[in-house]
Amino acid sequence: MKKMSVKTVVAIGIGAALFFVLGRFVAIPVPFVPNTTFSLQYGILGLFAALFGPIAGMLIGFIGHTLIDLSWGSPWWSWIIASTCFGLMVGLFTRKLDLESGSFGKKEILTFNLAQIASHAISWLVIALALDMAIYAEPFAKVLTQGITATILNSIATGVVGTLLIMAYAKTRTKKGSLNKE
Amino acid sequence: MSKNAALSYLPRKSVVHRMTGTTKLAFFLLWSTAAMLTYDTRLLAAMTVGGLVLFGVSRIKLQEVKGALLFMLALVMLNLIAIFLFSPDQGTAIYGTRHVILPLFWRYNVTQETLFYLLNFFLKYSAVIPVALLFILATDPSEFAASLAGIGVSYKVGYAVALALRYIPDVQRDFHNISQAQQARGVDLSAKDKTMTRLKNSAAILLPLVLSSLSRIETISNAMELRGFGKHKKRTWYVKRPFQARDWAAMALAAAVLAVSLGITLTTGSRYFNPFVS
Repeated sequence: MKKMSVKTVVAIGIGAALFFVLGRFVAIPVPFVPNTTFSLQYGILGLFAALFGPIAGMLIGFIGHTLIDLSWGSPWWSWIIASTCFGLMVGLFTRKLDLESGSFGKKEILTFNLAQIASHAISWLVIALALDMAIYAEPFAKVLTQGITATILNSIATGVVGTLLIMAYAKTRTKKGSLNKE
Repeated sequence: MSKNAALSYLPRKSVVHRMTGTTKLAFFLLWSTAAMLTYDTRLLAAMTVGGLVLFGVSRIKLQEVKGALLFMLALVMLNLIAIFLFSPDQGTAIYGTRHVILPLFWRYNVTQETLFYLLNFFLKYSAVIPVALLFILATDPSEFAASLAGIGVSYKVGYAVALALRYIPDVQRDFHNISQAQQARGVDLSAKDKTMTRLKNSAAILLPLVLSSLSRIETISNAMELRGFGKHKKRTWYVKRPFQARDWAAMALAAAVLAVSLGITLTTGSRYFNPFVS
């Protein structure tokens, strides 16, 4: 935290603004399940966490989710903390990826998706669930159902949107060793 | 987009508005921590009343937040129904006794304990919502970063929050423009397409948005770096105001509520107020 670069600070701000706009105003409803939507913002959060690291991911999740909740009227801290952890974990798990140099092949796609699914599972099935039970004393069956639904839906949204975004982003970067001596 | 406009600052001339942003942020955090920790019906009811009184003092009319209130009410109700459907005996699990009022069918019986638990669950939200609304509606967004610094958060984080608030309208406008441009090219986001296609299509809108945001990050961070941002450990804030008596009073009130919340839990050894065993 002490050595946070100016770029990271700005990336957190803009990332949180993107997270907010997508989470607040863009909704793609899930078929067959009423009142649920795909959360596209986690695709963006995945990309930013992979690009700017775990601290940026963590703070984008925290600030973005808090702003969304406040704009509705009241914060749900258990879910905000889950989003925070998601950003942190994706950032940690994707440390090995080098997107800046444009390498995003099959292996990297697999790494990113395993990272995001594992992070979603830990965030929604462990953290959000435990906090909902601790803070609100909600019944286990209900929070478990919520956690499973959130994990599956968010993983799909992040998998499709996040992967497509990173693939396209990597294509815009110059590959390492792309110059040939003739 | 305009039909679900987000809540934003409503300037008024009231005691609540005159308090510093730091006070309001600290008050809100202490208050919601107190509400999270306890499940004591009496305290939560008192906090609900207290929150509503503060809301009245702020001169913001309930009419102005009707949409938000109805939305929150619907959400809490949905939660209450879900809890009952998933676990009709949650009250018994917490309070230990079981007094059936109305037997329905199969495992669904309405018990006094579950009704009481659901009432508490409702109070847990109603205790926080007025104060949260007040925090959003009565705090000038330009004071936000200064108030975060005021409660001891690193000013870099405070600055990130300020940047987010500053760029939300820009990002929103970009998103709108890009999505219209892509729709004109035949990228469909409406319900006419299959869900998977819609998800993929949304990436077609998000990509230009992400790329323009990344170049925006570049521009802003260069500008900030040129002005020497982050050189010193501390910085001052133009909008920061000195604390006054009313600020200390508000902080003391919030701290007292938190102390009562903790005190009840520690002295009785339970977060719950149990009227069923006397």
